[in-house]
Amino acid sequence: MTDRSGSSSGSQGLPLSVRIAVPIVLGIVLLGVWEALVRYLAVPKYVLPAPSLIVGALWDGFPTLMGSLWVTLSVTLSAFVIALVLGVFIAILFAQSRLFEVSLFPYAVILQVTPIVSIAPLVLIWVGLDHIEQALLILATIVAFFPILSNTTLGLKSVDHNLQNLLDLYQASRWQRLKELQFPSAMPYLLGGMKISGGLALIGAVVAEFVAGAGTGTGLAWRIVESGNRLDIPRMFAALMLLSILGISIFFGLSALEYVLLHKWHESALRREN
Amino acid sequence: MDDVQLRTIPSPPPTERHAPLPLMRLSKVGKIYQNGTLALTDVDLTIADGEFVSLLGPSGCGKSTLLRLIAGLGAVSGGEIGWPQAARDARGDPIRNLGFVFQEPTLMPWATVIENVYLPLKIAGVSRRDAAPRLEEALKMVRLEGFATAYPRELSGGMKMRASIARALVVKPRVLLMDEPFAALDEITRFRLNNDLLRLWQEQRWTVIFVTHSVFESVYLSNRIVVMSARPGRVIDDLPIGAPYPRGDAFRTSTPYNDYCRLVSGALNRAMAGTEEDR
Repeated sequence: MTDRSGSSSGSQGLPLSVRIAVPIVLGIVLLGVWEALVRYLAVPKYVLPAPSLIVGALWDGFPTLMGSLWVTLSVTLSAFVIALVLGVFIAILFAQSRLFEVSLFPYAVILQVTPIVSIAPLVLIWVGLDHIEQALLILATIVAFFPILSNTTLGLKSVDHNLQNLLDLYQASRWQRLKELQFPSAMPYLLGGMKISGGLALIGAVVAEFVAGAGTGTGLAWRIVESGNRLDIPRMFAALMLLSILGISIFFGLSALEYVLLHKWHESALRREN
Repeated sequence: MDDVQLRTIPSPPPTERHAPLPLMRLSKVGKIYQNGTLALTDVDLTIADGEFVSLLGPSGCGKSTLLRLIAGLGAVSGGEIGWPQAARDARGDPIRNLGFVFQEPTLMPWATVIENVYLPLKIAGVSRRDAAPRLEEALKMVRLEGFATAYPRELSGGMKMRASIARALVVKPRVLLMDEPFAALDEITRFRLNNDLLRLWQEQRWTVIFVTHSVFESVYLSNRIVVMSARPGRVIDDLPIGAPYPRGDAFRTSTPYNDYCRLVSGALNRAMAGTEEDR
């Protein structure tokens, strides 16, 4: 779903213009081949529509699809933000008390390993069919929550031992320890977790809508179901395309944030000559 | 025994008429780790104001452990570390006013040099504005004035260590504890930092407790060398190094230097006698 070519280490030797241009050119070529093959083989549009038809469907249904994009986007972002706040908060509690961690972590794992699809009906019953959007939000949050929690917990504990001793020596308070040492140490881990979580929040929002149905507004997932039922495959592809763009934007947005926050000091974001 | 030590070691002139209290007194200090390892046993040591004491011993003799105990990082398993001169804080602990330099520079990679040096003052609640002159002074002492806004990764090993020393000095410590601070540096850098450290010590007159496994470094720097045995660590020998300060590079090739090195090496060999590592 996401395009990682921009961040793989093997491509670092190539200039930025090439790294951007090559995938775009390749994409255009593939679309051309697709268009040509579909026309030449006369593939029915309810099996595989030509790219031009998909663009047409996007154009025709633009207001509707944009509305749906907005619904999915808002569920995804809300879930991501809630997962972020909750995950970081609980990770801080874990880092403060080992007892707290050993008692709660297994339940966080249970929440993580239980397939979201299987708890969707239950959540739906609990919040009531009048509040499907809340069910979507809860389900997407559950999916997005775990990487933030586990990464941040790991990060808060990955503090240089000697720096800890230094703070002991100067009798730093817990809050100072957290602010001066643990937060900055955890930052690369947290950002890594956020990149995973951002993608998962979108997956959670889509899967939840497939299972639970649309809420007050109709999201992209339900547009896909709807288009499938009507055999309107070009529109289905158009919705799919918007989902991909959304996922890619989330990934690159978070990668950019990571670069801004880490490029001055962290190994992962440094440019090296050798 | 305390009297004997104090007589043989040149200490700064007493400010009071009667003999001053020692800065620090360790009596029968022992340390057993949780896994049962006996690291230190019956360490007796008295340190006076202004001394430059090296703790010298084979690796694993517990000299770093001893330094950490002195710093209050970890509790002693037996005996006592007393600070006879120190005032007490609200909890009744002695106010020791220490600077600590680790074997690695131990800088925060996300912070600039000046932010790293500011850390101890920040923790103590000193505002950045009030701290500014002290930060400048500390950087000047270690000759890093031009690198205040550099990140640690941009510095060489020696410069990182200088930044680490500046951070220890910014609190104006009374005692500077150093745990093999120059062990990872190349020889030229190490010599230069040795000289800088001696210059600062003579200017500032803090007490230095310097852990090292190098006979040459300990003789060059200190006016007293405490030789420790292999595990479990104990004090085997306590040697005054009477060579006058300032000591410069000429001292490194002088006869007294060689004699002291021979003397200290002999003591170190006795300290290691009977250990597996020696054979």
